[in-house]
Amino acid sequence: MSGFTGTGQLFRLALRRDRIVASAWILGLFLYAYSQAASIISLYPTQADLDRLARTAEGVGANPAVVALQGPAYDAGTYGGATAWQVVTPGTLLIGLMSILLVTRHTRQEEETGRAELVSSGVVGRYAWLAAGLLYVLAVNVVLAALSALGYVSVGLPAAGSVTLAVVCGLTGLVFAGVAAICAQLTEYSRPANGMALAVLGAAFLLRAIGDTAAELSWLSWLSPIGWAERFQPFAGDRWGVLVLPVAALLVLVVAAAVLLVRRDFGAGVLPTGLGPATAPSWLGSPLGLAWRLQRGTLAGWTVGAAVAGVSFGVIAQDMAQFAKEDPETAKMLASLGGAGSITDIYLAAILSWIGMLAAGYAVQATLRLRAEEAEQRAEPVLATSVSRTGWAGSHLLVAAGGAAVVLATGGALAGLAHGLRAGDVGGQLARVLGGALVQLPAVWVMAAIGVALFGLAPRLAVGATWAILAVVLSITVFGEPLRLGQRVLDLSPFAHLPRLPAADFVATPLVWLLAAAGLLAAAGLAAFRRRDLATGA
Amino acid sequence: MATTTTISISGLVKTFGPTRALDGLDLEVRTGEVHGFLGPNGAGKTTTLRVLLGLLRADAGTARLLDGDPWRDATRLHRRLAYVPGDVTLWPSLSGGEVIDLLGRLRGGLDPKRRAELLERFDLDPRKKARTYSKGNRQKVALIAALASDVELLLLDEPTAGLDPLMEAAFRDVVADERHGGRTVLLSSHILAEVEALCERVSIIRAGRIVESGTLAELRHLTRTSIQAELVRPPDGLAGLAGVHDLQLDGTRVHLQVDNPRLDEVMRHLSAAGLRSLVSQPPTLEELFLRHYQAEQVTTPTGDGQPTQEGPRR
Repeated sequence: MSGFTGTGQLFRLALRRDRIVASAWILGLFLYAYSQAASIISLYPTQADLDRLARTAEGVGANPAVVALQGPAYDAGTYGGATAWQVVTPGTLLIGLMSILLVTRHTRQEEETGRAELVSSGVVGRYAWLAAGLLYVLAVNVVLAALSALGYVSVGLPAAGSVTLAVVCGLTGLVFAGVAAICAQLTEYSRPANGMALAVLGAAFLLRAIGDTAAELSWLSWLSPIGWAERFQPFAGDRWGVLVLPVAALLVLVVAAAVLLVRRDFGAGVLPTGLGPATAPSWLGSPLGLAWRLQRGTLAGWTVGAAVAGVSFGVIAQDMAQFAKEDPETAKMLASLGGAGSITDIYLAAILSWIGMLAAGYAVQATLRLRAEEAEQRAEPVLATSVSRTGWAGSHLLVAAGGAAVVLATGGALAGLAHGLRAGDVGGQLARVLGGALVQLPAVWVMAAIGVALFGLAPRLAVGATWAILAVVLSITVFGEPLRLGQRVLDLSPFAHLPRLPAADFVATPLVWLLAAAGLLAAAGLAAFRRRDLATGA
Repeated sequence: MATTTTISISGLVKTFGPTRALDGLDLEVRTGEVHGFLGPNGAGKTTTLRVLLGLLRADAGTARLLDGDPWRDATRLHRRLAYVPGDVTLWPSLSGGEVIDLLGRLRGGLDPKRRAELLERFDLDPRKKARTYSKGNRQKVALIAALASDVELLLLDEPTAGLDPLMEAAFRDVVADERHGGRTVLLSSHILAEVEALCERVSIIRAGRIVESGTLAELRHLTRTSIQAELVRPPDGLAGLAGVHDLQLDGTRVHLQVDNPRLDEVMRHLSAAGLRSLVSQPPTLEELFLRHYQAEQVTTPTGDGQPTQEGPRR
């Protein structure tokens, strides 16, 4: 009958499957939005403070490096305008990420795993999966937007602008959901589909970064959905006319996805899949070779991420001193990040901590590969050969631990290089910043080792629990001081114990302790893994 | 060498929470034989193999594999065996050829000539990415990796479940070669024809215990032969004979089932009544199988049922 038959059922299935995943995304992004609005008000208590912020953020005096990351500000002299400036660009980036991952999860991944085939043999229309997936992401974005709008109003921002800001972010997320819907038609597998859609998201961010900073190229921002979101100007005129662009883009993307959907076979992608080698290369004959083969793509992705972060943060380090001179509140904020050196060094220490957290994300993902291999029964054929349990798990851990060092070194080296080039002191700055990045390694390893311990002791909980612990640690590290949490809480984060290079002096003691903790946790996890049954299935 | 055992398990117990997957399992596989391990889904075949591979730890009982402890000596023993899981999952981004080489090398090397020959025999394109293989092709990858390795023992868990009839035949040929080559094979299956064609000895598992074990001939001995006869005059005393079941008498036409140990006696009765025609059907493993799977039909075999190690569960 209709191509949409069964959409409602599948929509409810998606809600049922994702009640935890969706709640976590919504809660996390709501807290992000709310904390941004709340922190603006607490950081800039008077109009004079806001005016200073506006001078550095807006107009001819705006700092181009900051604008590249945050986008242009409109009416930053009001709390609403300043909040919108803080939220729109990073917020749409995060909401786009969420929308892409959720669409792929409910369309291509269902098809790839074969679950969709089973369901589609029932009374289910051709478009039902796509429609249900998009409706589901729409629902998630509507709930998030409603909560965010309430959050903005609750801290005292004007209602109209609050709604505009929330709607703009949600609508931009939906545009990227449309992008993901197209990518889901192109490839047979969810990983490359996610990769392509995330590349579009990254390109959208970069296009507007260039357009927003280079006056003669400002038209580039109009090519980016994130650029459109900035130009809505929530709290600063609410240019609803811009609405035409994302709505039209969303319609075009969804229709195009539907057209591609009917032109391809079920389970297949529009793009053909290539052949692989008939024999394995000589290095692919050991557990370490296998771990490297399986993990190198993930490592490459995170390394590129760290490289981009390093360059973009490093290149503005020099401006921080200037920025702080004009805006004592920023100076105060930076000083609260800790350390005793110059503003630039304090800023560098802060960004290196962020790169450390990025590396922790990589390390946890790479470590949890162990559990994925075990649960999906790919550990079994390997462990049925003469590979020992320790050899198998240790190989993945070696890749995770070494890979974390690569991610940190890349981010640190490029931040140092970018900063050094602008400061005219590549030789000196490169080494200092790289050192500050590598000092994060013990804390990163502790996070990975927590994953190993859980993998050994509680395999079925390992994935959820390790990510949850990482999320808590990152929240404490990032929001702990602004939220004035007690020292005991702050100390729970391994990152809190690191010397804040290059703004502080190097001390070895905490690093030794962290290394010992990482070693103990990893050894406990491996010992438990050697003693337990292989636990297949999720 | 003739009667050494490659696998010997006794009283093996493995529980998963409230489920008793193995409940006092005994199994003996002699060196050089192809041993059929028959049982329905969920009977404990895969659990037994996983214990033998040291992937699961037994709760009670002993298991010896190639003169070693499957849990403690796992890595050392694995050099001498190859395993094909029932549900083969491969790394989606690796090609079939890469997986074959990888698994072979992890086992201690594989014979490139044999690899090429098996690829041809199973008609597998090694360049395709594992994610594009069907279940049958994934199984072929695991089979080729196992068969091309120089090992003493093959543990095969329902290896033909996804293969088409042509490939099944190829598989039987290959296993027959392996037997001639002196390798020991433990073949778990629920396909009777396959076990009948390949195995010298069979163990039947049900609900975590072995209910029958012996050579095919011995097991057949325990089942019934179906007889249809046309006689000269109505027979007498048939119904009273021990071992006769499902007797249908229609004047001079007789249809009955007889326990094999009683066959001789029944035949003498029948020929005493004068035989006009006789159709007898040998017991198939199928019947044997059904007898043990249908709990309500369970009866302890009597007579000279020497191969039975223990009676079926009630």
